[in-house]
Amino acid sequence: MKTNAATIAAPVVVRRIAKNQITVKRVLFYVALTVMAVPFILPTLWMISSSLKPIGEIFAFPPTLWSANPTLDGYVQAFELQPFVRQYFNSLYIALFVTAGTMFISSLAGYAFARIRFRGQNILFMIVLVGLLIPSEVTIVPLFQIFSGMGLINTHWPILLVSTFGAPSVLATFIMRQFFISLPIELEEAARLDGLGRFAIWWRIAMPLAKSALAAVAIFTFLAIWNLYLEPTVYLQSPELFTLPQALTRYADAYGGQLWNVQLAAATMTALPVLVVFVLAQKQFVEGLAQTGLKG
Amino acid sequence: MASSTPVLSDRARARSGGTRPRRALTYRQRDAAAGYLFVAPQVLGVTAFVLVPLALVVYFSLHEWNVLGNKFTYVGVENFERFFTDPQIVPVMQATGVFSIGLVFFNLVIALLLAVMLNRSMAGITFFRTIFFSPVVVSLVAWTIVWGFLFQDNGGINGMLEVIGIEGPNWLREGPTAMISVIIVQVFKNVGLNMVLFLAALQGVPRELTEAATMDGANARRLFTRITIPLISPTILLTFIITIVGSLQVFAQIAVLTQGGPGISTTVLVYYLFQQAFLFGEFGYGSVLSIVLFVIVLILTVAQWQLRKRWVFYEN
Repeated sequence: MKTNAATIAAPVVVRRIAKNQITVKRVLFYVALTVMAVPFILPTLWMISSSLKPIGEIFAFPPTLWSANPTLDGYVQAFELQPFVRQYFNSLYIALFVTAGTMFISSLAGYAFARIRFRGQNILFMIVLVGLLIPSEVTIVPLFQIFSGMGLINTHWPILLVSTFGAPSVLATFIMRQFFISLPIELEEAARLDGLGRFAIWWRIAMPLAKSALAAVAIFTFLAIWNLYLEPTVYLQSPELFTLPQALTRYADAYGGQLWNVQLAAATMTALPVLVVFVLAQKQFVEGLAQTGLKG
Repeated sequence: MASSTPVLSDRARARSGGTRPRRALTYRQRDAAAGYLFVAPQVLGVTAFVLVPLALVVYFSLHEWNVLGNKFTYVGVENFERFFTDPQIVPVMQATGVFSIGLVFFNLVIALLLAVMLNRSMAGITFFRTIFFSPVVVSLVAWTIVWGFLFQDNGGINGMLEVIGIEGPNWLREGPTAMISVIIVQVFKNVGLNMVLFLAALQGVPRELTEAATMDGANARRLFTRITIPLISPTILLTFIITIVGSLQVFAQIAVLTQGGPGISTTVLVYYLFQQAFLFGEFGYGSVLSIVLFVIVLILTVAQWQLRKRWVFYEN
């Protein structure tokens, strides 16, 4: 800061004005942030609060954030109108299976591409990278026909197989490879001198060091599969096979009108557990999901 | 690594020779075998579920598949001719373009604005970061349903507008507002992700540079346009491409909010593909639309590589 005549002449006054200005600026800054936060946080709060409203109050005017007579009707009906427990289980087991499978396959492949020298390595890596460039929407038509020919439509197999082995796991392999390249190699060489085979080195030396990368892979894979919508819509037809995102859209009355309170109750049950885990493990979530943005 | 390998392989050879005299595999060979084994699931998976389908898309695009009659006939370039004469293609491509450009523009501007605002240490900053990021982890369909609920004619948004004396439109059922609504829903869903990437980039801007510029009399605006923006340009390009490629894949939001309507005003390419292939059973034409999507994504990816070489500086 430059010193000039004014500050020497009346330092206290200037400092007080400056201090007030800073306070005003600060308050304005927080007000601006709060206003900007509304479209980010209000929908989630609105979802939770509306899921607890009686059906007659759901479109009440003026809109209320909190109902005077909260009810669990929406939640009860969510289980009555569809096999919601079953659908919850479907989503959960598919997401967990694919996440575990992806962690296993991509850490193996990522490790080999990073550490082991073998002929044709570059070509094989290029093949895998192609999976990163092609959106899954491009291959959905032929995949549907392949699985249709195998009689696997209206089963979970297409989702399990394609998600675990196909394009979605490629980003994971890429991230694991980058991670293993960055690891110092000395530990592994020492293990090699001790006579450990590659599998043992991978499992006992490299993997325990890769926890952060594995956490990132686990988080973005789980969320991607949990949110999958096009694939279940294309492959699954029976309500008891549906995943949650599909089930959420199917709550309607006899005339096809949407049952908003039921739908919002089911949506809350789908979204809230993930949100809670996010708040508890924010750092890992943000780092893990930022990885999905680093491809390309 | 290379220098120590021969020693190792000798030892290993002695070892393996000691236990299993019949197998004369060197350490290097066994290591290579392990390598093939390790990458096999991923390589075979990508081949079976990406490369083969990609080839099949081209093959199917030359055929007509009648699901009911289960007839599969070669029709040559008929499906491609249909693409170029389909009166719906122009509006579909327009909708795709409007959605992508609108989404990318608002997403990047808001993400950058938030990143700049949050790139400081003040009380409560972490709290706000959590809030801005939270929609990213909310289930996509759940998020879409709530917004659909808010956008109803008698829903929350029009309710709030009415309180201040404005009569809102029927957002999802009228031409231009339907597209605006779909863009709004998607912008707020994923802005947090780009915000985090921008924050990381901003924290990588060296302090000495901004301080030196301030000493030289640069005001905040000049500092931002002349120092900050050029320095984070690699991240801007990256987020631009990721967001635009992601915008081409939008499906759930359209299916849940507007089903492509009103009319076909929000029918973007992927939704049109889904309609043609899976609702109307036009698998041959659906394959042509898949190829179009693939070509667009390919062009964007190649453009990104080229642009990275040309006008992005300071990349390490």
